[in-house]
Amino acid sequence: MTLARLDFLIGAASAAAATTVDLPFANGVRPLAAYPQKRDLIVLTPRPPLLETPFRIFNDGVLTPNDAFYVRWHLAGIPTTVDGATHQIKIHGSVKRPLSLSVEDLRTQFERVEIIAVNQCSGNSRGLFSPRVPGGQWDNGAMGNARWTGARLLDVLAKAGLEDSAVQIRFRGLDQPLLDATPPFVKALSIGDLDENMLIAYEMNGKPLPLLNGYPVRLVVPGWYATYWMKMLAQIEAIDTVDDNFWMKTAYRIPDTPGNTVTPTDSGYPTIPINKLTVRSFITNLTSGQTIAPGTQTIRGIAFDSGKGIRHVDFSSDGGANWRKATLGEDHGNFSFRRWESRFTAERGASYVLACRATTKDGETQTAIPVWNPGGYLRNVIETYEVRVA
Amino acid sequence: MSERALRSAVLASALLVLGAASSTVTITLPPDNVQFKPGPGVDLATANCATCHSAAYIYVQPPLNRTQWTAEVTKMKKAYGAPIADADIAPIVDYLLTQNGRP
Ligand code: HEC
Repeated sequence: MTLARLDFLIGAASAAAATTVDLPFANGVRPLAAYPQKRDLIVLTPRPPLLETPFRIFNDGVLTPNDAFYVRWHLAGIPTTVDGATHQIKIHGSVKRPLSLSVEDLRTQFERVEIIAVNQCSGNSRGLFSPRVPGGQWDNGAMGNARWTGARLLDVLAKAGLEDSAVQIRFRGLDQPLLDATPPFVKALSIGDLDENMLIAYEMNGKPLPLLNGYPVRLVVPGWYATYWMKMLAQIEAIDTVDDNFWMKTAYRIPDTPGNTVTPTDSGYPTIPINKLTVRSFITNLTSGQTIAPGTQTIRGIAFDSGKGIRHVDFSSDGGANWRKATLGEDHGNFSFRRWESRFTAERGASYVLACRATTKDGETQTAIPVWNPGGYLRNVIETYEVRVA
Repeated sequence: MSERALRSAVLASALLVLGAASSTVTITLPPDNVQFKPGPGVDLATANCATCHSAAYIYVQPPLNRTQWTAEVTKMKKAYGAPIADADIAPIVDYLLTQNGRP
């Protein structure tokens, strides 16, 4: 990622001293800007705000700070004032006792539960697809790892009492489409997929959520792509049929093929809603194309998966011909980033292709050939980093 | 506005009453300064493609060909309810190809 001066995307008012980043794909020049409650992040679009975390921040620690956490909305009708004291979460539909809960109710009537979990956008890394596909053009920074605190979704549903007829739970936040004809952003989870890790979170890293990350409460669905982590959660509706709204039935679908991969000329294959994270790992203390110093180098990175937990991370300094096990860092639970490090000796004047590959506790590992699908989802290729030594 | 002035304006606008567990948070989003660039069809694009989201949505895409831009415009109309006249689709696609197209 290179730093360059300003220009075309932002207007005269803010262009004067702005900097940009140039992500490693066509049309990858983006302004950096500090949005409310945020530090400088990479602006993919200003309306609705889509903000990417600069990747080097993942080297700072296992948790992603709230002000560095990426932001992704679909609809520009985002309330810019939210009253956490009066906000209500309505639990309705096929339930025995419809409820309306305030954030205070969540805090006082339900067990307080904490989990560290990765939130990764379904489209993270879409910009790296080849051939490219339309959509949110992210590099690898549409993800973050936070300590979430809240009430268990299952505890709240138990209080309302699900009817036997209910098959899915549908979630909606406060955001609105700007035109009535646009489908509101709603997402649904099947009742059989619910588990005790899922929270209605009122804290993120021990603080109120930034408004742009869903203040005052968002759904936390550990192990699942962020499309299900409804921000500014306002409605929880038990429904008796599989949800057929646009965002479930048409958008956010992956091919139901081996490895969820197809080729650009394939058609007619079945699709399913995107669901759990694939296993990934990254180097965080250098970027591809960088020049490094000779001598013993410590390479640091992160790995994560859908919650099986990371069994090991392999590191290679020869493009994947030979691998050795990296040292894993502290275990913050199966849903968290797991830090890792390894060492290698860099000879002056040489070039290396560094690579990392994570394996989960149930043996799932990363692909050598990138997956391809028209939505630009599930990228989890073994990442490689070209470095020169000088 | 200098970057620093802009930044402090943005920060100041994030009003967060700490202490209370849940309180009112008000933010002011920085302005969207992305505009469609001049060229034949710019008025149609401005009228039809900047209502629901920033024009940045168009410029950050990879360069798309005619089939792909036609599919995008049709998707805006069919899936998202954009009120685009059928007769305007072709000239809008022509414009998009000049802005971010490929053969
Ligand atoms: C009725 C509202 C509306 C209008 C008008 C509209 N769009 Fe969109 N557009 C959307 C929504 C909603 C999305 C999805 C946003 C998201 O997921 O971030 C979108 C996304 C996009 C994307 C990203 C790729 C994708 O398919 O998600 C492109 C490119 C785009 N629009 C181009 C256009 C163009 C060109 C026009 C004018 C012809 C236009 N839009 C008009 C609502 C609209």
